[in-house]
Amino acid sequence: MNGSSGPIVTLRAVTREYSGGVVALSDVNLDIENGELLAIVGPSGSGKSTMLNVMGTLDRPSSGQVVVDGFDLADLSDREVSALRAFRIGFVFQQFHLAPGTSALDNVADGLLYTGIGRKERRERAEAALQRVDLGHRLTHRPHELSGGEKQRTAIARAVVREPTLLLADEPTGALDSHSGEGVMRLLLDLNETGTTVVVITHERMVASSLPRQVTMLDGEVVDDRKMAVA
Amino acid sequence: MTTSPRPGKLSPIDILRLGGYALRARPLRVALSALGIAIGIAAMIAVVGISTSSRAELNRRLDALGTNLLTAGPGSNLFGEAATLPDESVAMIGRIGPVQTVTAIGNLPDAKVYRNDRIPAPQSGGIGAYAVRTNLLTTVGATLASGTWLNEATIEYPAVVLGSRTAQRLGLGAANEDTQIWLGGRWFTVIGILDPVPLVPRLDLGALIGWPAGQRYLNFDGAISSLYIRTDPDAVEAVRGVLARTANPGRPNEVEVSRPSEALAAAAAVDTAFTGLLLGLGAVALLVGGIGVANTMVISVLERRSEIGLRRSLGATRGHIRIQFLGEALLLSVLGGGTGIVLGTGVTAVYATLQAWPTVVPAWAIVGGITATLIIGGVAGLYPAIRAARVAPTEALAAA
Ligand SMILES: Nc1ncnc2c1ncn2[C@@H]1O[C@H](COP(=O)(O)OP(=O)(O)OP(=O)(O)O)[C@@H](O)[C@H]1O
Ligand SMILES: [Mg+2]
Repeated sequence: MNGSSGPIVTLRAVTREYSGGVVALSDVNLDIENGELLAIVGPSGSGKSTMLNVMGTLDRPSSGQVVVDGFDLADLSDREVSALRAFRIGFVFQQFHLAPGTSALDNVADGLLYTGIGRKERRERAEAALQRVDLGHRLTHRPHELSGGEKQRTAIARAVVREPTLLLADEPTGALDSHSGEGVMRLLLDLNETGTTVVVITHERMVASSLPRQVTMLDGEVVDDRKMAVA
Repeated sequence: MTTSPRPGKLSPIDILRLGGYALRARPLRVALSALGIAIGIAAMIAVVGISTSSRAELNRRLDALGTNLLTAGPGSNLFGEAATLPDESVAMIGRIGPVQTVTAIGNLPDAKVYRNDRIPAPQSGGIGAYAVRTNLLTTVGATLASGTWLNEATIEYPAVVLGSRTAQRLGLGAANEDTQIWLGGRWFTVIGILDPVPLVPRLDLGALIGWPAGQRYLNFDGAISSLYIRTDPDAVEAVRGVLARTANPGRPNEVEVSRPSEALAAAAAVDTAFTGLLLGLGAVALLVGGIGVANTMVISVLERRSEIGLRRSLGATRGHIRIQFLGEALLLSVLGGGTGIVLGTGVTAVYATLQAWPTVVPAWAIVGGITATLIIGGVAGLYPAIRAARVAPTEALAAA
């Protein structure tokens, strides 16, 4: 079990410069404790997605140190970083990224595909994960037969099926109406309750201000980081 | 100390499943690009299958006819004149150990054959009259289409057995006691008609009368023009080696020895050039098919960048992505190759059945087809797979 304290993500002087000279992250320092729930806010193009990708090991910084779950990214090969994602990190995207023509169950089971777990167990755990997001009655539906909110809940089930310590969501409600969006947010809160560290990028002030911590970005820098007193 | 995380392995079944999903998502494109390989493999399998089937048919026929028949005939002497074989040659050859039977026939060049006595002389139709012995039938493996063969009695009388083409030319469908033909200036009764004799085609256009009958009625001088010899099947070459010396010890170089089954086999081998051409066309179709698969896979990689990104976010290593796309290319070409093998075998079966041949598709051709398919799929899939694995995960995700 993960302890409730100790950093899960540490960014030290992290800079990410794209070829062409765009500096998407500039000297960012950030610590995220195990079990935290935080929002990343900021205007479009301020570097939110870039920072989430760096935390999620999908992208490597141009300079600076990234430590995730005790591993310094600089010490890990691409294979090891991939394995770290497979076992520890879950992603949720605005555009869902579900495989068309594939049932909800198999989409979720694919969340365990790269962990070396056998197919039978993958499907059993996928069914449990879908039940957890209240989609137990939609196992055989394919993505085009699901509503937007159901699609995103399927994508969340795929991210949590392997019980990640870190869940990264990039505007998970961006493509949803407010009702479905609320459902998705409530799900993320529930997951956090059970111990998962959750980082959410959001444009919605209401959503952000309801979370215990808000990190504000502007032009690639963290300009504000405020924690609310635990109620 | 924490140990560095190790990626899980994809099982072969998972790789197949991933390929299957991807192919099912684009059925038309998959069918079209598999088609090239299917046509190539089908063409090659059919070419090999049909030529093997025809050879199998030939072997079957030769087995039935026997490859142990030898002929010995007088060649020409030093002066270019037709030689003859000495009378003792039959007995001498009969004394060679492995010889089972030996029989002689004699030409009756002056005995013209007509349907009746009112046909003008020049219209003899190329039918040759031969004086034969009773054991000719079994020695050359001939069978009767109708009537009977010459026996110890009829061999003495004006009785004739016709070759299959002779009967056709004379317009005779079946032998019967009342049928007579005009042979060498007198009537002969047609007592039998032969089936075609593949090993000795000259008999098909022959009219066969008894040796003594020829001497008695047609002034046959008894000169041997050909000998037919059946040997022990294991000693054919040995007998062949001593045949000329035995048949004519004085002038062995005036004896021409041949093995009719060899001539048949050689005639069947003539179409190898055509076979080569078809195989070449099949290879070109295969190449085009391979290019089609490569093209499909390259497009697939471009279109599926967001899928690649997602899989990377789920923990897929570059190796996982590479093997997924390689597996997909292999599956695609095996799909084409499998269809090609079925098609090629089907074409062979239909063609062989229409020709009344046995259907034979050699195992090496099928193994070769599968191997070629795998190599094509591997080569065609390698570059796209490497490209897919190189896609940066964040860019791939942004591509959606
Ligand atoms: N692959 C790339 N190559 C070059 N520049 C890039 C690339 N990805 C992002 N950028 C640039 O980096 C900056 C930060 O991008 P990022 O996607 O992190 O912003 P964001 O805060 O997530 O914006 P949004 O709210 O619109 O999603 C932007 O100026 C963007 O144009
Ligand atoms: Mg973004």
